[in-house]
Amino acid sequence: MVMIKKFKGALISGILLGLLFAWDAGKGFEAINISGFALTEMLSIIPPIFILLGLLDVWISRETMIQLMGKESGARGILLAFFFGSATVGPLYGAFPVAAVFMKKGVKFSNIMIFIGAWSTTKIPMLLFEISSMGAPFAITRLLVNIPGIIIMAWILELMTPDSEIDKLYERMERM
Amino acid sequence: MRIIYLYGVSALLLVLSFHKSREKTQKALKKAWKSFSKIFPALLGILILVGVLLAVFDADFISRIIGDESGWIGVALSAVVGAITLIPGFIAFPTASVLIDNGAGYMQIGAFISSLMMVGMVTAPMEAEYFGKRLTLIRNLMGFVFSFIVAYVIGKVVGGLWL
Repeated sequence: MVMIKKFKGALISGILLGLLFAWDAGKGFEAINISGFALTEMLSIIPPIFILLGLLDVWISRETMIQLMGKESGARGILLAFFFGSATVGPLYGAFPVAAVFMKKGVKFSNIMIFIGAWSTTKIPMLLFEISSMGAPFAITRLLVNIPGIIIMAWILELMTPDSEIDKLYERMERM
Repeated sequence: MRIIYLYGVSALLLVLSFHKSREKTQKALKKAWKSFSKIFPALLGILILVGVLLAVFDADFISRIIGDESGWIGVALSAVVGAITLIPGFIAFPTASVLIDNGAGYMQIGAFISSLMMVGMVTAPMEAEYFGKRLTLIRNLMGFVFSFIVAYVIGKVVGGLWL
């Protein structure tokens, strides 16, 4: 039963894939191709990310992390959150386990939200790629709108979340 | 290229860590494996779903709904498509540039790229496991609304009014 619950999402997606096959077999094969490609991407990117994650968890103390990105970290905390989010590679789902470790180490909630925002949008390797395919005006404009946008959204998210819920989230991360 | 650099950095740190303390390194690897096996089932579902969605919403489909004349309706539609799909950036940007060559508007592409990156309907169940349903919903909704702001500014700056 536990297995079924764990793989519920995969099961539902599998059924959808079956339906797509029934509707149009060509599209079904296309879907398998794309999934296979995405799976290869995941398998190549995820091992180093999780190794770095484990090392971070073991070697960097909670005290250091609180000092760098905790409640009193101010502008430095924001900058570091942007840096950690932007320097990485990999899809957004890679950011959640990293955020969980950050929260275990006492990183401030708004900095967690900035980190997630930066991971989703302002990645440095991606920016270079964006400039080359979309042109500098497009890429730079987006970046200039995104940086304040991410900070403001992080603040709003923090304001909109009651302290009790934030505390609960931090407790939940202990078990992740 | 970026993958090589990522592997290089983690291999280097792993060796350093092993050199300093064998036990701590083993602990780190155990933790890495534990977090990975925790999210793997959810990831598998996501990857299958991504294939299905991208097969349905292919470049042909997208370019039909986001022409330059499609205005704010086109912006809204592209933001919705961006929110539903999950495409890695190194595929999304070249695709977007092809779409623009085929007549898509900068505003619409701005909305598409922005919501593609910030909003993740497919990954929302996984995000909710970490951050709870409420926060996940608010974050994604805000990202969705924000993509209209990005679209507006991109439309003004790149679309030709200011440059």
